[in-house]
Amino acid sequence: MKKSMLDSPHRPYVNINSNTFTTRKSLSDRTFYGLIYLMTIVAIIVTLYPFLYVLSISFSSVEAIDQQKVILFPVGFTLSGYKMVLQYQELWVSFYNTLWYTVVGTVLNILFTCLAAFPLSRPRFFLRRKLNFFIAFTMYFSGGLIPVYMLITSLGLYNTRWAMVLPVLVITFNVMICRSAFEGIPNEIFESANIDGANDITMLFKLAIPIIKPTLAVLTLYYAVYHWNNFFSALLYLGKQDLQPLQMFLRRVLIMASPEVMQKMGGSMSTSALAVSTLQVRYVSIVVSILPIVTIYPFIQRYFVKGITLGAVKG
Amino acid sequence: MGKKSISLMKLIKRDKYLLIMFAPVFVYYVIFMYIPMPGVLIAFKNFTPGHGIFGGDWVGLQWFAQFVHSIYFWRLLRNTFLLAFLPLLFGFGIPILFAVCIVEIKNQVFKRFAQTITYLPHFISTVVVAGMLINFLSPADGIVNTLLARFGMEKVNFMMEAGWFRTIFTSSEIWQSFGFSSIIYIAAIMSIDPEMYDSGKIDGVSKFQELWHLTLPSIKPTIVILLLLSLGGIMSVGFEKVYLLYNGATYETADVLSTYVYRMGIEGQNYGFATAVGLFNSIITFVLVFTVNRITRRMTNMSLW
Repeated sequence: MKKSMLDSPHRPYVNINSNTFTTRKSLSDRTFYGLIYLMTIVAIIVTLYPFLYVLSISFSSVEAIDQQKVILFPVGFTLSGYKMVLQYQELWVSFYNTLWYTVVGTVLNILFTCLAAFPLSRPRFFLRRKLNFFIAFTMYFSGGLIPVYMLITSLGLYNTRWAMVLPVLVITFNVMICRSAFEGIPNEIFESANIDGANDITMLFKLAIPIIKPTLAVLTLYYAVYHWNNFFSALLYLGKQDLQPLQMFLRRVLIMASPEVMQKMGGSMSTSALAVSTLQVRYVSIVVSILPIVTIYPFIQRYFVKGITLGAVKG
Repeated sequence: MGKKSISLMKLIKRDKYLLIMFAPVFVYYVIFMYIPMPGVLIAFKNFTPGHGIFGGDWVGLQWFAQFVHSIYFWRLLRNTFLLAFLPLLFGFGIPILFAVCIVEIKNQVFKRFAQTITYLPHFISTVVVAGMLINFLSPADGIVNTLLARFGMEKVNFMMEAGWFRTIFTSSEIWQSFGFSSIIYIAAIMSIDPEMYDSGKIDGVSKFQELWHLTLPSIKPTIVILLLLSLGGIMSVGFEKVYLLYNGATYETADVLSTYVYRMGIEGQNYGFATAVGLFNSIITFVLVFTVNRITRRMTNMSLW
């Protein structure tokens, strides 16, 4: 740029031409970046607005909601909605249940995933190919909803906590990911441990698992989110309300808007005040239920890219 | 033969710890995956709960015939296809476009912020997403109808009108998945050799040209594989979201094979018929996945399994 300006007295036309060329180019590139930022901002607004609206309603006063003043930010800040929801026994019971299913389920998931994946990753294991096929087959063929449902009920798991945990002890696809991670460990590490007299079980727990920790972190995340959000198993196997997880509670509050639940939470109120406060109760319930995920999630976000590309490794 | 059994014993002895390790996993797969498999036989039987899956009379293809001739057959097929196809048609390009945006953003803080926000809906449960939709669209106190009324427009009872179901379902699917689906494209773009961009810069290529002639062609294999993968799943739309959003008034556009199986089987106790419908769905899905895998192998020399 500077050089061409120095040259300008000698070759004015060329210079003008090259100048218009650079401005046109940078104009095109500026349009490009303008569009990039515009689209990203639209994406953020579209994603964020529903959450922001839910949050704002949950903090707004009943009068403001009734007069439909809340569009973006809270109007007439109050915590009364939270007070109402948080003293509701059923919420805490279902919260505890979800926590139980998530913790017990995820711990067992990770244990069984490692137990399945490690033998399948050992090249010398004489049943390796057969057992690989044995588990992979279930990815393409299953008994289907009704036979599985009949099995669970005939095992006596209906209306027990184990119905939420045992039927999905491992997800076969995750075993494949874990197996690839074990296969990525250099063989020399195992050979030297072998010389030291370590058996396969010690090798798995003392050597292999610590090495593939990043992969296991991703799998833990996937399993935990699965359990936290699992609604279908509860719909099928948990008729008893005091065993039901948060998602079933939310369904009653948000989707069926069960009048009985609303009545219990609202206490003694006039009907119009009740109508508005039940609206607030619904939005508060959403906030309370997604709060754990929203708070934990930014800390584990950095694992995502890794986790997604893990799935792309030979399945 | 004696020699073979000796060597087998030797192998078992050598790999005993691996066998012990796998034993609980084996038991799990046998009980929860393999034992239900012969259960598909009740699709060909007159099943009564008292007799178990091996009791009851054979009825051949009676349940299948009943299903194929039922008035719901084409409706279920059409809905199952459309509720997977429409999100694919309108939503497939968005993660690619969004990935390009994320990669091009220079401000690291803004970039992180955009990623954090847009990945979030992927982790929100279907119940919450369905609950938000129903409450936002409610004719009594939903924000959408409040705004419609404020602009002097007629209120719409969205969840009770069959004509709205596909729009609601498709847009919420896209809303929930576009950010997270972009991750794999971001990874693909980041793995393009930077030298290719450098040589482009010397030639004075504009950003639009760079996108069209360099970035998109470089990630074409990723795009093709993901497109084929989603085509394989086109007859297996998820149960939960449809189940939570639909109701008797919207069955016309909302009822899909999996929800129908649930209503007939679990709610209606019509085990034989429901299993037949479920098996019908699995077979279509299997054929689709199998075909897609063959096409993928031919096109990219890569197998999905």
